[in-house]
Amino acid sequence: MLEESYLPLITWMVSLLAVPAIMLLRKNPNAREGATFVAAFAKFALVLAMLPAVMAGGVLRFSFGEILPGIPLEFRVDGLGMLFALVASSLWILTTLYAVGYMRGLKEHDQTRFFACFAVSISATIGVAFAGNLFTLYLFYEMLSLSTYPLVTHHGDKAARSGGRTYLSHLLGTSVAFVLPAMIYCWVKSGGDMSFTDGGFLAGKIGAGDGLIVLLAFTLGFAKSGLMPFHSWLPNAMVAPTPVSALLHAVAVVKVGVFCILRVFTGVFGIDTLKDLDITTVVTYIAGFTVITSSLIALTQDNLKRRLAFSTIGQLAYIILGVSFLSANGITGSAMHIAMHAFGKITLFFCAGAIFMATGKKYVSQMVGIGRQMPVTMTAFLLGSLSIIGLPPFGGAWSKWYLFLGALDADQMFMAVILVISSLLNIAYLLPVAVNALFRKPPADSEGIAISGIREAPAACVIPLSITAVAGFVIFLFPDLVFDLAQLLIANG
Amino acid sequence: MTEHYPVLILLVPLFGALLATLLGSERQVACWFTALIALGGSSILAIGNICALLASAEGELRYRMGGWNENSGYEVGIELRIDMLAALVVAAVVIVGFINTIFAKTRVTGEMREKAAFFYALNQLLIVGLCGIVMTNDAFNLYVLIEITSLTSYALIAMGNRRAALSSFNYIIMGTIGASFYLLGVGYLYIKTGTLNIDDIHTVLQSGNLWGDTSITIAFILIMLGLWTKMALFPLHGWLPNAYSYAPGVVGSFMAPLMTKVMVYVMLRIMLWLFGGEYIYSSGLVWGELVIWMSIIAIVAGSFLALARTDIKKMLTYLIVAEVGYMVGGAWLANGAGLAGSMYHILSDAAMTFCLFLAAAIVILRTGDHRLTAFNGLFRSMPLTMIGFTVGGLSMIGLPPTCGFFSKWYLISGGIEAGHWSYVAALLFSSLVNAVIFFRIFERAYFGNLKGVADEQLPDDGDCAPLLTLERVPFSMLIPLFIAGASVLLVGIYNNTLVSWLKAAMPPL
Repeated sequence: MLEESYLPLITWMVSLLAVPAIMLLRKNPNAREGATFVAAFAKFALVLAMLPAVMAGGVLRFSFGEILPGIPLEFRVDGLGMLFALVASSLWILTTLYAVGYMRGLKEHDQTRFFACFAVSISATIGVAFAGNLFTLYLFYEMLSLSTYPLVTHHGDKAARSGGRTYLSHLLGTSVAFVLPAMIYCWVKSGGDMSFTDGGFLAGKIGAGDGLIVLLAFTLGFAKSGLMPFHSWLPNAMVAPTPVSALLHAVAVVKVGVFCILRVFTGVFGIDTLKDLDITTVVTYIAGFTVITSSLIALTQDNLKRRLAFSTIGQLAYIILGVSFLSANGITGSAMHIAMHAFGKITLFFCAGAIFMATGKKYVSQMVGIGRQMPVTMTAFLLGSLSIIGLPPFGGAWSKWYLFLGALDADQMFMAVILVISSLLNIAYLLPVAVNALFRKPPADSEGIAISGIREAPAACVIPLSITAVAGFVIFLFPDLVFDLAQLLIANG
Repeated sequence: MTEHYPVLILLVPLFGALLATLLGSERQVACWFTALIALGGSSILAIGNICALLASAEGELRYRMGGWNENSGYEVGIELRIDMLAALVVAAVVIVGFINTIFAKTRVTGEMREKAAFFYALNQLLIVGLCGIVMTNDAFNLYVLIEITSLTSYALIAMGNRRAALSSFNYIIMGTIGASFYLLGVGYLYIKTGTLNIDDIHTVLQSGNLWGDTSITIAFILIMLGLWTKMALFPLHGWLPNAYSYAPGVVGSFMAPLMTKVMVYVMLRIMLWLFGGEYIYSSGLVWGELVIWMSIIAIVAGSFLALARTDIKKMLTYLIVAEVGYMVGGAWLANGAGLAGSMYHILSDAAMTFCLFLAAAIVILRTGDHRLTAFNGLFRSMPLTMIGFTVGGLSMIGLPPTCGFFSKWYLISGGIEAGHWSYVAALLFSSLVNAVIFFRIFERAYFGNLKGVADEQLPDDGDCAPLLTLERVPFSMLIPLFIAGASVLLVGIYNNTLVSWLKAAMPPL
């Protein structure tokens, strides 16, 4: 049920239109942030406006011109794209609120540039979510790499510079070296068609040998997914201000990476073709390796944001693992985990930033007993951790449940064991942070932690993190929306 | 009237050149105005030419110079032949020439003073030569026009700084050797076929079945060697970097985008129309493979050499060496996609090189520094100029939707179709090196501490004082940069249309 509509285009464009407004209002910070809020709410409302049609099994489509022979610039809103767009656009509102508190609280420089680049990044993210063909997907993927670079290097010091170098060299380098040739190969093989179709546009047009190479090129080339060995940009990108780490490097950018890989599996090859070719085992093992290794590395990280970054790498690998099982439950779990992990991880990053604002502390070892000063923040941290670990009653439990079922369906006992071990490791590196902060006394010689009295970060920071933490619980009770959108992927694929 | 467009494109700047000389350097503004009118006129004619071609059923226009009649079955007089490829390249030449003339206005005052009239005259003459090269259908006339462009460019380059004279001399030596090779090759062809008209040569080669003939093989090798020297295919590139970087800024910004590209066009013309695809791509000739490897070496070497430069213009000139490798390789892949990529890249490379050279010229002018350090902090102090530079740089890297992305698209798909993976790898490698090169600069511009931007570097006045300036750059320089940047995007977005036109112009392989 394909329906031509301008809504996808408008939704994509809303945040882009905010950019000139943000630039023009640079003299008046309140008006400037007002522009961001207007765009964020408008974007969320527009995404919601498209929801009923998509839930009914429809696909909204907008295409423009013919950029390459047979390939228009094409938006196509289906279940998976809608799921991702919902997550990204709703969290943009909260992140904006948080960013206002954070950037003003720390008196950051160049805030206009910050908010402008943020808006462009969100546009690019929505562009990826709605991309209707591989070329459009690649266009916005690259746009996202470029527009986030000024955000990563915001501080402009030496660490930011080197973080930015790692960032671009990994993201741009892999996309040019692997994705570009793989994409052109697909174009040549498919005879000039690159639209994501149910069942994949490469179905029946590619063999096992070149199929494997193309699949690997895509999986490794979309390095935003943080799959090893091209993961090291993510910990290095943590030099960015925390709102950037929160929305972009826990939700938007990294999930664009896994989203692209999901699209490759379902829209480019098609699950049935991949089953016939039997080429996904390699991806399964790379993802499994990443899950365990990144969790082990996370254990050793004392810098909280870096620990969270390695945790993200592991959680993203879950998503790739799930889709590589090629079973209905695995794919459902993957799609759901995009949303579930987003709410959990953004909470944790919000908390990390709030701790830094209130106490200036970045290291886990300094955070013992900090819960007495920041009870709300640390409680939220605990809830977020539980959701990431996958314990009921939090959202993460659902997606992990389906991922586990997916592993069993695919007879991947070894991977099922890996999922269990990884969950234990999640407990080991996340829970102590919250537990030590909440239930232990601060050491006597600790500086900066108020022994008595509550001193939280500004309300603009605390409110968003409370909302996302509670959302992790609500989404456990009402997972229907996420589940149904994920099911659309199965129904069509 | 329409049928006379081709020759008018040549005549208008030719008379413009004469007029500029007559006006003399004292009437500099008048000289500039003459050049502007002449090239603007030519640009309109060139666009009219494209429209005429689109309207015509044959897909080509022929113009017999002086109305010579064919009387012996062979063309004796000089014939102009314009297909879509030629029309587009001619349009690129005159439009770049026109915009560059706007750009040159204030710089000519500063850089050349008493030689201003000669600059305008020679520049227009150079454009006449380049357009003639593209349109002529006569192998010997082509040689004459190559010499016209060479002579004018020697003189133009020598107008530059202290080291320009030596680089120009170096260029004369290499250029003359190249042109001689070409002439020698044409000589062989004439002996064998008795005609100089490109189409007629092809017909005779075919009807006489001369393909196996040793003299034809030798003619082909000589012509190719000559053209490769003129287009600076590695390792015959030695003359190019110095010549283009020591030339006056406004000369470099015109020559760099066009001279090598026009020579690539000539190579395509000789390959496909004079010898024909069935000969050059036939299995009997092993050099198809060899040439692709040469182009791979050119791409890799050009990229590395560019990476090693700290001088802005030198770096850009080595990038041209790599880009020439792209086009030569694409032309020899022996499939439609590769050829289309090669032809399209003539246009797209012209646009992005032009954009980069204009931006570099502005940066060098404003900072007084010709090394990469000039870019320090420029995103803050000269954001508009840097936007222009960034568009050109992203196109060199090959990011959508700039034209550089689409030329890579067609070239890579040609490489994949031909199964030539090493060529594909070389293109990707060059993209990655370009990414390093340009992001190194963007990083400087984004973080680097601003150096004192020299105020005294503003072009000094007389009657050519800029009326309006932004970022202390005259509008007459910024607007050309914006047009160039916009063309990088437009050529990219309309790649599908351009390539379908080019494919229609291609002879059957």
